[in-house]
Amino acid sequence: MAYTGFHMYSRSLRQSPPPPPQPPLTPTKMNMFQSVTSALDNTLASDPTAVIFGEDVAFGGVFRCTVGLRDKYGKDRVFNTPLCEQGIVGFGIGAAVAGATAIAEIQFADYIYPAFDQIVNEAAKYRYRSGNLFDCGSLTIRAPWGCVGHGSLYHSQSPEAFFAHCPGIKVVIPRSPVQAKGLLLACIADQNPCIFFEPKILYRAAVEQVPVEPYTLPLSQAEVLQEGSDVTVVAWGTQIHVMREVADMAQEKLGVSCELIDLQTILPWDVETICKSVVKTGRLLISHEAPITGGFAAEISSSVQEQCFLNLEAPISRVCGYDTPFPHIFEPFYIPDKWKCFDAIKKMINY
Amino acid sequence: MLTNISHVLRACAQRNGAAAVVSARTYADFTTEASFEIKKCDIHKLDEAPATQVVMTRDEGLQYYRIMQTIRRMELKADQLYKQKIIRGFCHLYDGQEACAVGIEAGINLTDHLITAYRAHGYTYTRGGTVKEIMSELTGRRGGIAKGKGGSMHMYTKNFYGGNGIVGAQVPLGAGVALACKYQGKNELSVSLYGDGAANQGQIFETYNMAALWKLPAIFICENNRYGMGTPVERSAASTDYYKRGDYIPGLRVDGMDVLCVREATKFAADHCRAGKGPILMELQTYRYHGHSMSDPGVSYRTREEIQEVRGKSDPISLLKDRILSNNMASVEELKEIDVSVRKEIEDAAQFATTDPEPPLEELCNHIFKNDPPMEVRSTNPWIKLKSVS
Repeated sequence: MAYTGFHMYSRSLRQSPPPPPQPPLTPTKMNMFQSVTSALDNTLASDPTAVIFGEDVAFGGVFRCTVGLRDKYGKDRVFNTPLCEQGIVGFGIGAAVAGATAIAEIQFADYIYPAFDQIVNEAAKYRYRSGNLFDCGSLTIRAPWGCVGHGSLYHSQSPEAFFAHCPGIKVVIPRSPVQAKGLLLACIADQNPCIFFEPKILYRAAVEQVPVEPYTLPLSQAEVLQEGSDVTVVAWGTQIHVMREVADMAQEKLGVSCELIDLQTILPWDVETICKSVVKTGRLLISHEAPITGGFAAEISSSVQEQCFLNLEAPISRVCGYDTPFPHIFEPFYIPDKWKCFDAIKKMINY
Repeated sequence: MLTNISHVLRACAQRNGAAAVVSARTYADFTTEASFEIKKCDIHKLDEAPATQVVMTRDEGLQYYRIMQTIRRMELKADQLYKQKIIRGFCHLYDGQEACAVGIEAGINLTDHLITAYRAHGYTYTRGGTVKEIMSELTGRRGGIAKGKGGSMHMYTKNFYGGNGIVGAQVPLGAGVALACKYQGKNELSVSLYGDGAANQGQIFETYNMAALWKLPAIFICENNRYGMGTPVERSAASTDYYKRGDYIPGLRVDGMDVLCVREATKFAADHCRAGKGPILMELQTYRYHGHSMSDPGVSYRTREEIQEVRGKSDPISLLKDRILSNNMASVEELKEIDVSVRKEIEDAAQFATTDPEPPLEELCNHIFKNDPPMEVRSTNPWIKLKSVS
């Protein structure tokens, strides 16, 4: 039975040995799209086979993630594709199999569905079906993700749950510029096809001091942002910032200490860290913008109750989007805002 | 100053069937009908092209003028409201391309079917929507044509299937509608529109194959406004002869800024389909004055001079106005009256769209599924359940 799991992912999921001491880093104030540009800049500089392509990336991209790269590295390395997502990803898989580091951009995560077949049937299964003879590990797909306030049905979706169901690819979602650059570089370096969803609402809104030099952050490792003892709160992407507020509210109004965890990698996800935390606190709240039925919170909830059943003080709570298409005018009601999450914590504490 | 009324080569199957109508007011010194020379269409795999000598009556002229002016004013008003943040979200404006919507509608019947992509406000109007409904949909209010739930890109009326956000996805749908038309045998056809950017989508070619194989009464129309968002056609397409891209499907390249050209070509295409000859492709060469959407200034990939040049030389409304006036089909005052009344209609609609209440919260969960009795919709927390009615 152990044999079936071979050749899905190229290396072990556990953390690699500690990195060698790094030269001092020069942090610069950057917002999220600038940190993405910086990561891509580092990649194009260090890897001569790296190419970036997608709709409108040449002039800089609709979110300015690739500004200046074409001028710097040439039109052979940063080029536009016609309007064909299936073609873009298929082409990317081919380029990756042949040895190039292919970084494909899908203009909005909502448009990734024509490429779904290529990602799930081709990219994810390449290594497995060829018995490790071939792989498209040097493929990274980037797409803006999540609600933005006025996106409505087709510019606000969070499709990570669709891809979480597919062994063979990695799905990563950063919460901030520093995470974005580190995780993106990790995805590019990782020898497996990765999908990197960038929360579009944070492109300008999130600003941090980000090192100019390349650095990577570990994949498949959840990060504990805030230690706590009463409730474990798990989220990713934009929702982390909402949950930070909720944790503060819970501390202030209920005296509840929340342990806030950023999942970061959706697939393969860090079960250990979450379970360790739930064993400590006994309560778990998971929150995401995607609809609740079949959303990734369901997977986390199910796995955690399997492993930590006797440690749970209250049923695992999920605060997610409604089971409707992402609405046009009803967006403020739809999203799992801080009040709904606060309410969930209150109910869990009083269970 | 009466121009010669020459008989046109083919009988014009006009929507209202009027040939020369005496209007209630006596403008006895106006020409009721005039003949015009239009540009010849390029053809692909066809033996003949649409007529180049066409007749337009005074009533038709005024009607086209009014409709185009309404669409123009409506789009400019939407622009204004967007900048005032009364309309939010996405808004793709159609000004500059009015001749396409009006010409196509003049060439088909209201019982025929039409589907387009997201630049849909013009078509919603020509297909029977009112300006009030359209503007309230843009502002997301109750009175909107989709109850405020769809927004700019998702507007529908009878025999108009939207309004579709995903590029190219509407074309296979249009072919499906064509199949239904053929199956039901009511001599209806289906018009599927898409843009120059969408022409590179794989599903378009899949659709061409199915439509040709089964000889579906489908007219595929590529509205080539030269830019797919910010990418000019030369940089995105290996072949910019969009009317030839159907390969085995006959094609026409039409001047999309001339409403009569579009009308003739559409009639030609409609006759082709109704005769059971299978699908046909039309490329309308047109231009949009605004950027791709409201977040695109529209000048980073093209020069202001280019936009001004098109506005000056080929503006569809000006072209029609010149034709009407130079053939003495109406007076300047009459056209001005139409302008004034259109302006008023738009103002009233905008007023309504701004003051109409938003849809009630119950609407959030309605119409997800068709269900009877009402079903429960899970929401953000397990203890909040909303009812969905459909």
